[in-house]
Amino acid sequence: MRLGEIVTAAVLAALSIYMMWKSTDLNIGYVAGKGPGGGAWPFWLSAIMLVCTIVIAFNWARRTSPPSRSTEPVLDADGRRMLLQVGGGIFVFVALINVISIYGAMALFLFYYLWFLGRHALWLALTISIATPIAFFFFFEALMRITLPKGMSFTDPVFNVLYDIIY
Amino acid sequence: MEILELLSHGLFLAIQPMNIALIVVGVTLGLFIGAMPGLGSVNGVAILLPITFLVPPASAIIFLAAIYYGAMYGGAISSITLGIPGASTAVATTFDGRPLALKGRASLALVTAAIASFVGGTVSILLFTAFAPPLAHVALSFGPPEIFALMLLAFATFVGLGGDDIPKTVLSICLGLVFASVGFDQISGAPRLVFFGISGFLHGINFLVLAIGVYGIGEMLWTLDTTRGKITSTEARMTFAGIVADTRECFAKAWKGMSIGSLLGFFVGILPAAGATPGSLMSYGVAKMTGRDPDSYGRGNPDGVAAPEAANNSASTGAMLPMLTLGIPGSPTTAILLGGMVIWGLTPGPRLFTDQPEFVWGLIGSFYVSNFFALVINLSFIPLFIWMLRMPFTILAPMIFVLSVVGGYAATNDMHDVWLMLIFGISAFFLRKFDYPLAPAVLAIVLGPIAEPTLRQSLLLSSGDPSIFFTRPIAGTITVIAIILILLPLVGVIRRKLRGTNKASA
Repeated sequence: MRLGEIVTAAVLAALSIYMMWKSTDLNIGYVAGKGPGGGAWPFWLSAIMLVCTIVIAFNWARRTSPPSRSTEPVLDADGRRMLLQVGGGIFVFVALINVISIYGAMALFLFYYLWFLGRHALWLALTISIATPIAFFFFFEALMRITLPKGMSFTDPVFNVLYDIIY
Repeated sequence: MEILELLSHGLFLAIQPMNIALIVVGVTLGLFIGAMPGLGSVNGVAILLPITFLVPPASAIIFLAAIYYGAMYGGAISSITLGIPGASTAVATTFDGRPLALKGRASLALVTAAIASFVGGTVSILLFTAFAPPLAHVALSFGPPEIFALMLLAFATFVGLGGDDIPKTVLSICLGLVFASVGFDQISGAPRLVFFGISGFLHGINFLVLAIGVYGIGEMLWTLDTTRGKITSTEARMTFAGIVADTRECFAKAWKGMSIGSLLGFFVGILPAAGATPGSLMSYGVAKMTGRDPDSYGRGNPDGVAAPEAANNSASTGAMLPMLTLGIPGSPTTAILLGGMVIWGLTPGPRLFTDQPEFVWGLIGSFYVSNFFALVINLSFIPLFIWMLRMPFTILAPMIFVLSVVGGYAATNDMHDVWLMLIFGISAFFLRKFDYPLAPAVLAIVLGPIAEPTLRQSLLLSSGDPSIFFTRPIAGTITVIAIILILLPLVGVIRRKLRGTNKASA
């Protein structure tokens, strides 16, 4: 935790410096007759962020904040596995959206989570992972008129059938 | 007495069978739309606006107002049961609503939210009926300096009363404000802070992307990590007697939050460009500040649910006031309603009350009726929401992830935002581990688009002299209160230091 605290502060400090630098693309000072320039607001706020990270680092050196005193690891073995399985699962889910449509990716993700991670019965996992995308489809496409990504063109036949139901 | 006569006429109009049916349908739809993360009253009202061309204008606006109301009630549901705010107006509801649900008191939180919404709605309608025209003038006297001072106050309550690490809280606020400024400079129109030249940043960072990332993904990963996935959500059960008991507890513990929220929310709602979100946050801050035990807020105090919920409903009625009387919408949803009125052939503005009394009073009458139905429908759906919570966590968790991804996409229709949400979620998980409070960042990204232009306009008015925030009476008072709040933790530190040295010398 102690190492993580200072690393996080350093990352945030780097982010604030980057944002300060990026803000200077626009005027960061006061323009007579026009008010503060477009970059002023993000520049000075990022500067405050930088000051905050310095204070955090100072507290870290003096060991006054709880994470800077803690000797626990940021992530133990279980935590790492959870992050990899769940976080990785969501990552794959999002990556598949443009391939097999958001509905297909959703079904796959639900099945993976329910059956593999949740260890639920196969029939339950299958029912939920098939029923949920269908419910979402009718809610979004029919009721709310919001179209969600359909992935590549090979998914068209499935959606044509579903659209026939709506229209 | 003329008002009472007009009002009774309006109520009569609102309880006609067709209008009642529209209210019931509207409230129910609104409840579900509001409860979906990523969809809020704006979506509901915008999508269903065309349908209203089939009915007379009075019925049309009654229907849309019912959706608006229902969505205000519904936003609290996902805040409490899932910990993801259903809309920006329900962000503050998660602070205490989620902890209550985790303690197994989800029913208390839901009942409190419903009742507080009802109280807030009712109080604001009474205020609306009585003071609509004079209040419109007060609100107009709020210029950029006053509104910026209000924003400052909203952030100050976090720093002064958040109870979290101060530099981390300030950092979180600034981060949210900078994220809010990504996209285009609102005044010059120049592209700004387009990180790494990625074009997806040109349309800015939608607050929902950050909110869903933080609450839907970061918070869920954190819960999975800390509980080792062994929780079966909550042991919530629901009976009729339970609702009655919860109602009693809600009035006993949360009457203060409800009163603060109802009054403050209404006033903030009237202000053009402010609306329900700042109203709910400020009410939460004030309820916490004046609470007998400020430390219990954020850990599941029903008062912390009541204050923002009363406020967001109260503010949504308040926001109708400048729309009807001046033609200035107080929130995005009222802006759409305004658009609708123009299409129906009505001209909003001071003459609306005299030219179209039937429309105006029919609408006001429908507020009373919608509020009543929203309460009844909401309470009757609570068992369903509780049942959702009793699902095993291994079913609930993937559902929340799916909702988050879909909600992140639906908010802006851009895959870039879904990826960004995932990055925010993972970052939020780590930041949370190091005690960085993230609620201030979410609030800041919501309030940023109000805070920045008002600051710039104020400084333009004063030719760059910051004393404008002190010399105008209303702005000055608010600014001073905000500064006192910011300095509050410093006073605590000094006092502790002094006490420490006293002890050392003794």
